[in-house]
Amino acid sequence: MVEPSGEEFPSQNGPQLTPELAIANLQSPDLSLRYYAAWWLGKFRVKRVDAVDALIAALKDEADRTELGGYPLRRNAARALGKLGDASAVPSLIECLECSDFYVREAAAQSLEMLRDRTAASVLIKMLDGGVAEAVQVQGLPHLTQPYEAVIEALGAIGATEAIPLIQPFLEHPVPRVQCATARAMYQLTQNPIYGERLVEMLATGDLKLRRVVLGDLGAIGYLAAAEAIAHAKVENSFKLIALKGLLEHQLTPELNDDSIRVMNLMDALL
Amino acid sequence: MTDELIRAVAEAVTPAQMVTAVQNLAATKDVAAIPTLIAVFGYNNPAAAAVAATALTEMGEYAVSQLISQIDDYNYGARAYSIRTLAAIADPRALDLLISAAATDFAPSVRRAAAKGLGNLHWHKLDFPASHTAPKRALETLIFISQDSEWSIRYAAVVGLQALAQNSDLQQPIFARLNQMLTTDTEKAVRARVQLAYR
Repeated sequence: MVEPSGEEFPSQNGPQLTPELAIANLQSPDLSLRYYAAWWLGKFRVKRVDAVDALIAALKDEADRTELGGYPLRRNAARALGKLGDASAVPSLIECLECSDFYVREAAAQSLEMLRDRTAASVLIKMLDGGVAEAVQVQGLPHLTQPYEAVIEALGAIGATEAIPLIQPFLEHPVPRVQCATARAMYQLTQNPIYGERLVEMLATGDLKLRRVVLGDLGAIGYLAAAEAIAHAKVENSFKLIALKGLLEHQLTPELNDDSIRVMNLMDALL
Repeated sequence: MTDELIRAVAEAVTPAQMVTAVQNLAATKDVAAIPTLIAVFGYNNPAAAAVAATALTEMGEYAVSQLISQIDDYNYGARAYSIRTLAAIADPRALDLLISAAATDFAPSVRRAAAKGLGNLHWHKLDFPASHTAPKRALETLIFISQDSEWSIRYAAVVGLQALAQNSDLQQPIFARLNQMLTTDTEKAVRARVQLAYR
């Protein structure tokens, strides 16, 4: 039995930082300290203007490069900015969607999903250019041409209904996780239960890793009809609880209703 | 007979064979099967573990001392099954173990199971004064972990506190704490569970 990473051990590895030190470390001559500081600011949700500004500046870093030309610090800075919830990062994150490094584009799309800002829609939509036919594995690399999963999820989260005709074909993409992201976004954009049911079906048929992904999707869209399927899925309870929490939060009204109580009863049984 | 069935569990090769072997052993309801059933928790076979947990729960208090003494300190998956089973049997001899699991285990699955169990123990099985002090110790632990940073631990603490409120002399501090959580908890899901506890 494996539980979600990061939940198991209290994070006391790495140097002891304060917000001030982490912000200063983003300019340290030691590149590994910069990288760690960017992660740390996101992890501990240091929602300060000076932290946000320093991370936005780090999105343009040129010092930290991998052998393949990747930008590790930019990736971490982009990830952290999603967690800080500050809309002033949006324009810089949108620029990152055109970065040469796939993982910077992926991190930026994931953070724009969290920030829910409509202004990202047009650049995200452009990333779907060429449709499913162009969405192929990059020769020799473990990823597709674009971070389709993150892009499609972001378009769903920000309510980009104009993207529906471009997203829908990805239901037939050969990568199951891309299919999941598509079903998730389509449900968010149309509220049509056929897309929720598509995820429920994948929960029954996918392998363990995919089932965990699907639980995350069902929780994110709050698809109530999946409650029992989630509770009985062959996945660790920690993942089921998080998914049911998502369903519960979508159902909540000031006075408890029967659907909320039903979901909580399922959660209680998973403790 | 039981020896043979125990051997079949040890010799099972495929996950499906394991489930069948555990089912056959569980059907004997023989106390000699208890150590083997507990060991199944550590085999990373959820279906077999569920069968073993049900069987041990049905054996009830006969299984308690071995469940406590054979707890697996090195496998949190196995430990969660042991704690869930002890919580379901609800024998108050498990109190100390549930307290330390809820307060100090690193694995959230273990802590949640312990928190739920702490509310439900059969206190009346204890002699006085333990029957009086034991629920108070459960209360202290639940209030402590109701301040945990992880939402699912706080959620489980509310479930434990709700059950513990069956003890009329503990209702006042329990509802005082729940009331506090209703206004201060940052998670909607936790606040909703507090609301449910009030119904």
